[in-house]
Amino acid sequence: MSAERLFTFRNPWFAASVGLAGAMVLLSLIAGFVMLPYATTALPFAGLWDAICSAAGVPRATADSQAPKQVAITSNVVMNSQMFGAPDARSVGRGATLAMQCAICHGSNRTGQVDTPNLEGQPAAAVYKELRDLKAGARTNAIMSPFAVKLGERDMLDLAAYYSYLPRQPGSHPDPVVTAPPIVASGAPMRNVAACSSCHGTTDPKLGAPWLDGQSAAYIKAQLQAFATGARRNDISEQMRNIARQMTAAEIDEAARYYATRP
Amino acid sequence: MLNSKRLVLAHFWLAFVVFGLALLLGEWQMFVRSPLNPWISNSELYYRSVTAHGSAMGYVFPTLIAMGFGYAITEFALKKPLIGRRWAWAGLALVAVGAATAMIPVSLGLASILYTFYPPMIANPFFYIGVVLVVVGSWIWVALMSINMAAWKRDNPGKPVPLAMFANVAGAYLWGWTAVGAAIEVLVLILPVALGLRSTIDAGLSRVFFSWTLHAIVYFWLMPTYIAYYTIFPRAIGGRLYSDEMARIAFILFVVVAMPIGVHHLFADPQVGAGFKFIQSVFTAMVALPTLVTIFTICASAELAGRLRGGRGPFGWVAALPWGNPMMLAVTFSFVMLGFGGAGGLINMSYQLDASIHNTQWITGHFHLIFAGAIVIMYFAIAYDLWPHLTGRALDSVRLMKAQLWLWFVGMIVTTFPWHYVGILGMPRRMASYDYTNPAIAPQALSVSISVFGGLLLVISGYLFFAVLIRGHRAPQTDPGVYRFSVAVHEPVRLPAALNGFALWLVLMIGLTVVNYGFPIAQLLALKGNAVPAVYVGAAR
Repeated sequence: MSAERLFTFRNPWFAASVGLAGAMVLLSLIAGFVMLPYATTALPFAGLWDAICSAAGVPRATADSQAPKQVAITSNVVMNSQMFGAPDARSVGRGATLAMQCAICHGSNRTGQVDTPNLEGQPAAAVYKELRDLKAGARTNAIMSPFAVKLGERDMLDLAAYYSYLPRQPGSHPDPVVTAPPIVASGAPMRNVAACSSCHGTTDPKLGAPWLDGQSAAYIKAQLQAFATGARRNDISEQMRNIARQMTAAEIDEAARYYATRP
Repeated sequence: MLNSKRLVLAHFWLAFVVFGLALLLGEWQMFVRSPLNPWISNSELYYRSVTAHGSAMGYVFPTLIAMGFGYAITEFALKKPLIGRRWAWAGLALVAVGAATAMIPVSLGLASILYTFYPPMIANPFFYIGVVLVVVGSWIWVALMSINMAAWKRDNPGKPVPLAMFANVAGAYLWGWTAVGAAIEVLVLILPVALGLRSTIDAGLSRVFFSWTLHAIVYFWLMPTYIAYYTIFPRAIGGRLYSDEMARIAFILFVVVAMPIGVHHLFADPQVGAGFKFIQSVFTAMVALPTLVTIFTICASAELAGRLRGGRGPFGWVAALPWGNPMMLAVTFSFVMLGFGGAGGLINMSYQLDASIHNTQWITGHFHLIFAGAIVIMYFAIAYDLWPHLTGRALDSVRLMKAQLWLWFVGMIVTTFPWHYVGILGMPRRMASYDYTNPAIAPQALSVSISVFGGLLLVISGYLFFAVLIRGHRAPQTDPGVYRFSVAVHEPVRLPAALNGFALWLVLMIGLTVVNYGFPIAQLLALKGNAVPAVYVGAAR
């Protein structure tokens, strides 16, 4: 080893490299944290420290940072995928008892109902979320709302567990050879419409999204139209309203018909 | 004299096999999302393929090349057997096992999150565990390179470390430190969520940690290429290296400034303050320095060779260069691609200009031009140069080699130039399908189709490369002679301590990282309520 000492300012390499790096840091700090914030006229600063904090990304309250006033009730359901693990038998059993009120409209033996969803085999999160929204008034329905207001948290989890426990029933007009229309398979990227299948099954199921295979065409169509007009608004962050508004009438028909033919 | 031939060959072959498979996936992706093919109607399959292509090409392939080349350099340059050969095999085994562990969930569709992870998307834990194993395997290499250089310095006090080894260790240290960011992201933030211990993740903080790795990883990929420029190219064309000291300074600059600049990948992200984006933009500009130094030094070395071969006048030396030599071709092509790619990079690093191309296909075009173009073409050249010494058999398919290099160069230009162009037109990246019937993007259809043909040329070139190597394995045994690195015009006899070791530069590297990353990370750690629910990919209904 050489006797040359490196970590001292007498060593020209040390002095030059540390000095240059330090000067670069200093100059870019002055430019980035003082000069540039003041060059941004959109943000008035209370003082130098305020400008520095802004450039450092410290969250600041601005004059118009209050949340906009709530005009309608929206969904406040918070879920994560661990809320709906394997359902325990007692929960399913309680759900089965409660579901006796639901079966006439929502079962596979439902009596001629084409405007109600078939719940058998639906993901627990989807059933739970809709019940919560109906109870809170984020989604309204003349028939369902009175049922939902009476349900407690436990009841809704039990109903969800029961319906997810049931096997999914074949659709009323199964036709497995129908290929997915473009709106289902690929969406319409230029209109910011994601593929239906990217959330509602087939490609990737997402938490809280219902499984659409085998649902009645009339129900799917009615819901898409309700989203498009804003009559229904319990979708989180307006996801479905934004999508339905961008869909053409023909695409709504195609998607509804396609899912109705799915087994 | 190479004692670890099998070790080096194993690294190179595993790397190239992975490369060959991932290359096919890349071309398939180009094809299915182009107007030449009706959409496959399953975006999941597309993203699965992108994840496999990116993880293989980004993590496994260059890491194995750097490791294998590093072991070869250690023995060739230090002229003594590698210390810790068993550990080196263990490192290779970890990389192989890790790659397989990661690829199984990817092929099952349980990890379609791309190689950049993108939390809050969460994949199957085995994907991350596999990536961690690859990184741990490479850290063994980092440690071995450091140990081998230290042992040589102890035995040769006061002597300059051979340039190839010095540069090799620079790459190792750079990788060792830059991989820490992604390691923290995966081990501390992502894996607990993937294993189901937590259900929310701070996506912004994760991205900051990933950016710590994401930019400097490119310079780690680049290191073998630059080592070849400085220590193989001048010798291969019959010249001398213009300056040994300038080479060392270039590698040192990479170690110091390649690291604290990753936030320029987050220009569009809200969680980092504009001030830190600016300071990292400034340091990103600094990283052009070592490349400019390199272009000067290597062009000067080429001029020396041209004049030694009888070239006269301001340009006569260019004509006198050995243009039939594959190494000459490879470096020329690499420089052209580096020039265009670097120019594009200057646009990416500027806060304002970046806004017009951020997250467009321009970016994809850019990193393919730099990595798959400028860097990988030199990996081919390195293999061509080393193969006779690894196998004891001559590689004499020179025409095939030249055709292969030409095809790779032309293919890469044809692939990436239209790619950049559609990016300027606004075509977003990371999308599985495009509706080319839409009048707004119909003009992009032609460019995208041209890219597909460029990709086809790359596939042909890739398989020609295998043909050259396999023919080499079948050639009769010969004595390749002693392996030599380039000799500088003035070989250093004594060097200042700063140019013969890394202590100062590692301190600066870590110090600048703390300055540039310390506050944003501390602030995100301190802020409450910025975790978002994880989105489990491929989760069962």
